[in-house]
Amino acid sequence: MKLTCLSQGGGYHFPPCYMLELCGFRLLLECPLDLSALTVFAPISATDNDANASGLIKAQPWYKTVAALHLWDPSLIGAILVSTPAGMLGLPFLARNPKFSGKIYATEATARIGRLMMEELVAMHAEFVQFYGPDERPGLPEWMKWEELEKLPPALREVVMGEDGEELGSWMPLYSASDIKECMQKVQSVKYAEEVCYNGTIILKAFSSGLEIGSCNWTVNGPRRNITYLSSSIFESSHAMDFDYHSLQGNDLILFSDLSSLNSMAKKGNDFNGNNNHSEPMHKDAPLCDVSAIRTDYDNEDEILRCLGGIDENLEEIDKISFVCSCILDSLQMGGSALIPVGRLGVVLLLLEQLSRLLESSHLKVPIFMISTAAEEMLAFTNAVPEWLCKQRQQKLFSGEALFGHVELMDEKKLLLFPILNSSNLFGTKTLHRMMWQEPCIVFSPHWSLRLGPVVHLLRRWHADPRCVLVVEEGADAEVALLPFKMVAMKVLQCSFLSGIRMQKVRPLLEMLQPKLVLFPEDLRLQCPLKDDSSCSILYYLKNVMLHVPGLRSDFEVCLATDLAFQLKPRKLTERNMAIARLKGQLLLNNGKYLLVASKELLDLSNKQLLHWGSADPVRLLMALQERGIIGSIHWDKNGTDGVFSIQITKPEEAMIETSGTKTVIYCRDKTMAALIYEAFSSVCGGI
Amino acid sequence: MAIECLVLGAGQEVGKSCVVVSIGGKRIMFDCGMHMGYLDHRRYPDFSLISETGDFNSALTCIIITHFHLDHVGALPYFTEVRGYQGPIFMTYPTKAMAPLMLEDYRKVMVERRGEEEQFSHDHIVDCMKKVTTLDLKQTVQVDKDLQIRAYYAGHVLGAAMIYAKVGDTAMVYTGDYNMTPDRHLGAAQIDRLQLDLLITESTYATTIRDSKYAREREFLKAVHKCISGGGKVLIPTFALGRAQELCILLDDYWERMNLKIPIYFSAGLTIQANKYYKMLIGWTSQKIKDTYAIRNTFDFKHVCPFDRSLINASGPCVLFATPGMISGGFSLEVFKQWAPSEKNLVTLPGYCVAGTIGHKLMSGKPTRIDIDKDTHIDVRCQIHQLSFSPHTDAKGIMDLVEFLSPKHVILVHGEKPKMATLKGRIQSELGIQCNDPANNETVLIPTTQNVKINATKMFMRSCSHADFHSVKNSLPCLSDSSFGDSEASNLVRNEKVVEGILVMEKTKTAKIVCEDEFLQTLHVEEHKVQFEYSCPAEKCREQVSCQSNSGPPPSDGNFSETC
Ligand SMILES: [Zn+2]
Repeated sequence: MKLTCLSQGGGYHFPPCYMLELCGFRLLLECPLDLSALTVFAPISATDNDANASGLIKAQPWYKTVAALHLWDPSLIGAILVSTPAGMLGLPFLARNPKFSGKIYATEATARIGRLMMEELVAMHAEFVQFYGPDERPGLPEWMKWEELEKLPPALREVVMGEDGEELGSWMPLYSASDIKECMQKVQSVKYAEEVCYNGTIILKAFSSGLEIGSCNWTVNGPRRNITYLSSSIFESSHAMDFDYHSLQGNDLILFSDLSSLNSMAKKGNDFNGNNNHSEPMHKDAPLCDVSAIRTDYDNEDEILRCLGGIDENLEEIDKISFVCSCILDSLQMGGSALIPVGRLGVVLLLLEQLSRLLESSHLKVPIFMISTAAEEMLAFTNAVPEWLCKQRQQKLFSGEALFGHVELMDEKKLLLFPILNSSNLFGTKTLHRMMWQEPCIVFSPHWSLRLGPVVHLLRRWHADPRCVLVVEEGADAEVALLPFKMVAMKVLQCSFLSGIRMQKVRPLLEMLQPKLVLFPEDLRLQCPLKDDSSCSILYYLKNVMLHVPGLRSDFEVCLATDLAFQLKPRKLTERNMAIARLKGQLLLNNGKYLLVASKELLDLSNKQLLHWGSADPVRLLMALQERGIIGSIHWDKNGTDGVFSIQITKPEEAMIETSGTKTVIYCRDKTMAALIYEAFSSVCGGI
Repeated sequence: MAIECLVLGAGQEVGKSCVVVSIGGKRIMFDCGMHMGYLDHRRYPDFSLISETGDFNSALTCIIITHFHLDHVGALPYFTEVRGYQGPIFMTYPTKAMAPLMLEDYRKVMVERRGEEEQFSHDHIVDCMKKVTTLDLKQTVQVDKDLQIRAYYAGHVLGAAMIYAKVGDTAMVYTGDYNMTPDRHLGAAQIDRLQLDLLITESTYATTIRDSKYAREREFLKAVHKCISGGGKVLIPTFALGRAQELCILLDDYWERMNLKIPIYFSAGLTIQANKYYKMLIGWTSQKIKDTYAIRNTFDFKHVCPFDRSLINASGPCVLFATPGMISGGFSLEVFKQWAPSEKNLVTLPGYCVAGTIGHKLMSGKPTRIDIDKDTHIDVRCQIHQLSFSPHTDAKGIMDLVEFLSPKHVILVHGEKPKMATLKGRIQSELGIQCNDPANNETVLIPTTQNVKINATKMFMRSCSHADFHSVKNSLPCLSDSSFGDSEASNLVRNEKVVEGILVMEKTKTAKIVCEDEFLQTLHVEEHKVQFEYSCPAEKCREQVSCQSNSGPPPSDGNFSETC
């Protein structure tokens, strides 16, 4: 087994990406896009001036894929495992490649949400196509030319090219709606804990990771390895089904790919301070680890389980949501509007519920708009997936209530959905919009990069209004993101939501899961010291360095079919306390399990021995020959060498047996008699 | 190891489905139903046969309920709350959501309307449902270390499942009720090609081959349309769940197409409430409904509105859905009393009515007068239409499923005795599969075989390299309605090469297959070669009997050399 980390990703929207080589197959783990790189492009502007000032690229955006993935031949990728909707945004690039013929696995909910996100991306991108005209020139776009790249500010140039320029090749023009459709047809969607078998050899199962509706960790079970591919997980969630870590117990190997704490650490120290005085960075409780606080031993499993409880974390997340809501309320009360380009579905759903409650209790009549091509389907979808939600939401099903608060909000017309908002129909050229549009208001709309989608137009409208508030996720560099919208007078609220396992829980989790081997990111080695002992060893992986993982079992497990077992003719080797039998059959591989069955061919069922060892005792051999009516005499080696002798046979016919320590030659003209001699020999010599 | 199968209900009859199966030390109860035709002790399965002492917790590993019909779940609150079973209970999400509605509805009818002694209370139902663990389709659930279960889509009603259970190498499927053809709101049953020792299947329509469903739907719509055109009222007595939604979709759709404005009513709040559940459980409906719900949820009926009691005697035509289904009492009886005397009106009846109900009386002959009790009687002049579509598979569907799964053994339940005997004969003669149709309280023993687990060395496995593996295409005919799993996606690959090795069996160790070379090494001995010379010692024509000829050198293709 070999593992190559192709990318360590960058937070919730850009998960890490790996190539796993197992049982002769290549499995790609995730196929994401780095949408944060969109910040190098100028958003479409009505005035044309603001973008110029920022030094951003004025062109139809391209999209940044995982650079190292392009080094692998798509035809050799056997399967792709997707854990989250973000992990599939780059799939159409690969799926449309005629050389790619692999399988794609994702949970039903991930596939659905992922498809909506991709379609939304294409719909938002269409606005650029409309603005710049279709990209017809073959080859590289203007901005990718060396002279142009050199003109870019260093920070932007690094986003485009990477540190050593190696990422320049990772940019792609966006896929089309039909690429998405074609790609989705190749996705095999699964339920949680559904067994799917890849090529008869590898059994794949997805288990809830708690991060998002439908997001999962995978178990990958080959004939000789049980692997847990552990992605960013959240122990307790207010919307998605909790992290199901019990089902991951007992696998030999864990590929630890939750790099969420790495990402929040990297951002530490460059906290967004904004270009205005109103920004309120919310970074007080980032999941930073304090090494000294990490326990090194746990007395019992109960204690481990207590450590893993997610109640506190979840309460903290709920507190964050409440805080965001109260900030929004402040703005609304001042007459400002709130703009929420948050890309996390769960956060959006919870904000909707909390906000409506808060509006209700403060008797504010402010409309909530959701402007997105995907909104209608996404909201309908979330109310029809009890199987993918947390226990409390499932309970709503059993008591006959809607799963999420947005159902009631839509019925009461407090939440209004608009599919599109762009410069041409901005705020009221269409009658319908004019009738419904009203400020102050709360708007949920993509995209969190602040380069695409309705958010751009709304930012232009509100950026200079200090009463308004913008809610952005931590992770995107807000200062760069807001570059094209100078001067920003509106409040900017940057929040970090939990997006993985906290450092201090990694160890108790691993102790609970009891793997024999953990593949752990080198970059987290210092922050999260793990105990490398006889029961569990740790291998550290680095980006773009192939890690060879030694085998754990030397033997294969095989099932012996009853029909074949009955054909066996075991023979006792008394002195060795064992029985042996010659076995002939056909090997089947069924659901990752080997099965030996009787061959359809007619088998030679005679007891003929084919392999001999040791040596024959001359006296016993002579007697065995006599039993078969063959008479002869022993002649010892002239030099008296041990075990070297010959037997001269006189009756019924002349023949000779010549034996040395490791070899016997039977001289005999008659084949029948030769067979008899052979039989006699076999009966006195060790053989099978 | 053998499978022991105790049939506590639905043996050679329809009603109180309950089968207790023992596999490899595990004991599973499939369904825990009640018989709607009895009011005495016969309404429940004879639970004492499971455990004489009544210690059901140690006698059973778990209970699995296939769907929310009372003949499959009706005895559950009684068994858990009155008889004291505390162990795990599994059912699908829709079943857990709807079973309490059905149970509560039944309890009310029995206690409040018939004044009968309560068998279980409202709290019993609530407490019972709290113990339920939910199943999603295709999810492999590890009940304990040894027992694995999995639910497959069964059609029939929302959330109905066929259950696969496996202990060690022994596996079985219990179908519950299923439908092999999709209907207005549900898809057809779907299952993977599994290796089974036992299949327990329903056989409601053991000998019936059904014609097109559309003809029967048209017939129903024609009867309804004719009635309302003549200014009549249509009463559709139905259970709140299942049939009601199917007919509603049918009518709503027809109203839309024909541009009809006549109101369609739902009687109790229950059915409106039920539609709410259906909306959240869209994932369990037919593909067509699933594909379109984001734009328009099929269960947002355009022409359907709640019914008010005052409308019973209002003038003008209308269509009314009222519970309970067989006019055994309650609101449907109340409305029936008012509407039956007019020849303009129409009453539809379900395909099956239990003896003793008014529905049953209406089906048998054409009564003009029905006595409710000695003081009350109803003159029946209205039209009667019997619905002939039923969400059960027909005989062809059962045979197709049995052939598709090709289990080693079949047990028939949930059917009528003589018809089951016919079907049993067909399964044995046409498919060559052993088949039983036990009566209630009978036990069937089914022998099973088991594979032996051994180890194989790397070198032995290398002698059959991966390149030689070929996918085994399924040779069985693919079914026309494609209701089964993807038959192309076989999980079985076969290596055509015959491999040979030596099996080493030692007392305390797992038996192990090794190559000859490895074998000699473990024994610390050298090979002793034997040669034949079919001549005098002087001649030089040699023929070697090779001991290695069959094992051969390791293939250059290095798939196996990689430690995987
Ligand atoms: Zn049923």
